[in-house]
Amino acid sequence: MNLSLIDPFLVVLLMLNFIQLGVGRLPTIIMMVALQGVILGVIFPFTHHDASAGWEGVISIRLLALAAAMIVMKGWLMPRMLYYAFKESQMRGQIDPYLGLTASLLLGALGTGVMMAFSSRLPLREEHASHLLVPAALSTVFTGLLILTTRREPLTQVAGYLVLENGIVIFGLLLVEAMPFLVEVGVLLDVFVGVFVMGIILQQVDRHLPSPGSDHLRTLKE
Amino acid sequence: MAELLILVPWLFGGWAFAISSNKWRPWVLPLGGLAHSVLTVMALQEPGLTGLNGWLSLDPLGKLVLGLISVMFLLCACYAPGYLAQRPERNNRVMCSCLMLSLGMMTLIILSHHLGLMWVAMEATTLVSVPGLYFNHNSRSLEATWKYLLICSVGIALALLGSLFFAYSAVHAGLESTLMFDDLLKEAPQLSVPWLHTAFVLLLVGYGTKMGLAPMHTWKPDAYGEAPGMIGALLAGCMTNCAFLSILRFVLIARAAGQREFADRILIFVGLFSMAVGTVFMVRQRDFKRMLGYSSVEHMGILVLGIGIGGGACWAALLHMINNGLTKGVLFLSAGNIHRAYATKQTADVRGVIRRLPVSGVMFLLGFLAITGSPPFAPFISEFGLLSSAFRQGHYWAGGLFASMLLIVFFGYGATVTTMVFGAPSPAAKSTTFQDSFATCWPIVGFGLLVLMLGLYLPPFMAELLRDAVSYVEMKSPG
Repeated sequence: MNLSLIDPFLVVLLMLNFIQLGVGRLPTIIMMVALQGVILGVIFPFTHHDASAGWEGVISIRLLALAAAMIVMKGWLMPRMLYYAFKESQMRGQIDPYLGLTASLLLGALGTGVMMAFSSRLPLREEHASHLLVPAALSTVFTGLLILTTRREPLTQVAGYLVLENGIVIFGLLLVEAMPFLVEVGVLLDVFVGVFVMGIILQQVDRHLPSPGSDHLRTLKE
Repeated sequence: MAELLILVPWLFGGWAFAISSNKWRPWVLPLGGLAHSVLTVMALQEPGLTGLNGWLSLDPLGKLVLGLISVMFLLCACYAPGYLAQRPERNNRVMCSCLMLSLGMMTLIILSHHLGLMWVAMEATTLVSVPGLYFNHNSRSLEATWKYLLICSVGIALALLGSLFFAYSAVHAGLESTLMFDDLLKEAPQLSVPWLHTAFVLLLVGYGTKMGLAPMHTWKPDAYGEAPGMIGALLAGCMTNCAFLSILRFVLIARAAGQREFADRILIFVGLFSMAVGTVFMVRQRDFKRMLGYSSVEHMGILVLGIGIGGGACWAALLHMINNGLTKGVLFLSAGNIHRAYATKQTADVRGVIRRLPVSGVMFLLGFLAITGSPPFAPFISEFGLLSSAFRQGHYWAGGLFASMLLIVFFGYGATVTTMVFGAPSPAAKSTTFQDSFATCWPIVGFGLLVLMLGLYLPPFMAELLRDAVSYVEMKSPG
């Protein structure tokens, strides 16, 4: 496993987290989610690159198939579905968050700092301790949760769910031996179908309910 | 055989999808349920059933849950043709297929000894439940479905992170990276404790969301309130118990790692908190289907409380899993009939149910008596067993709070149910022409008879299944 190769990519992933928290345009948020998906697919084979085995360590059919599936699903199909749902809806491009964009960005920066500090206290194996993988994973999970809880629009919440899932995938890069091919594909498929079903529900929301936004999804309460 | 238990319901799901008649399609459900039950009986008799190179394995805990979901599904499936005949305006193709898929997925959760595969099946059950929840196609069911899907998906995503943390706790200890339950259990004493603690909390939050434990329960009253009664019964009696089984697997690993006190303390707290939330919202509840949702939150709390207390309470909790599931069958199906007849879920508008719907009304009342722990029904045995075990083991505070909350629920829930079932029928009783019929009542009576029977007599095969499950939990979780 060669983690030093992927550290620059993880820095870009972290920057994409901040952009998602700081921008108010929904299409840009969807694009950032797509970019994260592509980066994850690209770095996937490198995390399992065995330096002693040369390029053969990277070019195994299993790793390439998974990396390709990740790029296609996370980088293209799922964002495309979100964008389609956005275009079909009466939603405005500008989001209307519960928490302002500057406050979200500051909270995101604070959360990332806390996650970095938390990761440094976690007992990591020596070869994982000096790299960005665990802090990047936890920060991305935190960013996903932040988007989920501070954004009003259901579509932005789906984007938040995808960011959260991306964080989990980053952590999973440490454990590919524990995740057989079948399970990796199963996880990817579950998330894909989940986003697909969410897209269908959002279409129904537009069809059945008069105004855009998610205020009308808050009528059931005590 | 293990593979067949999963594949057969999926095949029936495909068959249901292929049938074009909306009238005949629902009959695939009882047939599929019957086929699954026959396979389950065969599987329960087979010792050490495994499949897929050890990824699938039917352990004693799994046997107990498999038996329960098979019976629950069969009776709910027998209710389906009668219920769906009342809803000819709705196309039931996707719902019927997804119900069979969900039976296969739940079986996969029970059999799966690979924690990643278990996660995949758990998330899949969330997705295939969606058509059932959104069956009514109105804005309220849409909102409930959205909340269910988003909250459960996020919860289950956190459970995946927890599973990966468990695997890393092995990697950190210098062991081979694995997500096989049996390997983790074997290697538990060597696992890294900080990773294990974090993993356990994440898993409890994640699968606890699916189980409906407070404070992650917020989807439950909405979903149970808006879904057809049959779907509510399947969620409350099957799906939540599959999530409970998943949590139990991680409790066993944590205990085997010498972290019994850590895990048990959290389980007791979450159990009592869920009971408290369920109790508070059940009293003076204005929507009788939402009330059942909060009742489910309360009883999920009882299950984890029993496991946290351990010893005899573990036996009581496992028995209560069965008793609660079957009683929820009585309550949800009869509540569904009441909703159809009165066209409202508001308790203030529903009066005189026993006169309007004699069978459903009586069964709803008996279901209330059963779920609140009244003798001679089965939940009395399990709730009393849990209470006495809590006091015997010195958990006086937990036992005292448990008993107090049961008492508050009895009076709060009782006030609502008695005003609904007795007296002269309210004007809403004339809203529809729906009447109790054999097709929509016999499964409820079937559930009711099982609840009564288990209160009076525990058949030897069930006693043995329970004994084996308790021994399995105690054997795998020393300390």
